[in-house]
Amino acid sequence: MKKVIANKEVDVNEEGYLVDFKQWDREVCECIAGECNVVMTEKHWEVVEYLQDKHLKEEPLSIRGIKKSGVINIKEFYALFPGGPLKKSTLIAGIPKPKSCI
Amino acid sequence: MGTKVKKMLFILSKATIENAYAAFVMANGARMEGIESEIFFTFFGLEAIQKKKLEHLKVATVGNPGMHIPTMLGGLPGMEALATKMMKKEMEKLDMPPIGEFLEILTDSGCKLWACKLAVDMFHLKEEDLIDDLDGILTIGDFYSRADQEGCQLLFI
Repeated sequence: MKKVIANKEVDVNEEGYLVDFKQWDREVCECIAGECNVVMTEKHWEVVEYLQDKHLKEEPLSIRGIKKSGVINIKEFYALFPGGPLKKSTLIAGIPKPKSCI
Repeated sequence: MGTKVKKMLFILSKATIENAYAAFVMANGARMEGIESEIFFTFFGLEAIQKKKLEHLKVATVGNPGMHIPTMLGGLPGMEALATKMMKKEMEKLDMPPIGEFLEILTDSGCKLWACKLAVDMFHLKEEDLIDDLDGILTIGDFYSRADQEGCQLLFI
């Protein structure tokens, strides 16, 4: 379905995740973050870049992967994206919600 | 649509690897959804938080119909170790962490880990026998009082 984010019409699925990563940009990102009550800091951007990089390489995301990422530890990850960190951070990064149970 | 579950409380009473993982995956899964989670380790479940034992949990090969091997064969020497090795290999493929690392992930994720006082006394365990990340030793009454809000669920494993 269509949704207007940052004055741009983008395609999202029923959970609000962007369907086409090409429609993602920093403004869209900041708007989605705002909807999640997240204010983007440098650390947030760093995590978003890490997640997008993993997505482009088609490597599955997991909390264990975050632990090993060297970008952020799990405690900080939970603090940056409260209320379901991997779910929120992927939504903000414009990539699909991870399907893994771990 | 948001879930109505706000907090998941788990009681882990068994020392088999499949039961420990069931509790850990569900507790971690709760945190990942923004749901609070806590685990109360009692009786043989305490093996999963004993420093010397936690990396040596085994699959139950006897009395476990899911194994699809005759019970008598399941009791043969080495069967348990073999089945455990195979299961660990499959879990590694799915990027499932070993027990020790999983406990670290749970603690870092804000999942609280408690030991049952009665079981600790019964097995003559000391605090130093248990993992450093443990949040404390509680009675079952103390643990029930952790269900302090609407939307709490308690699960016995």
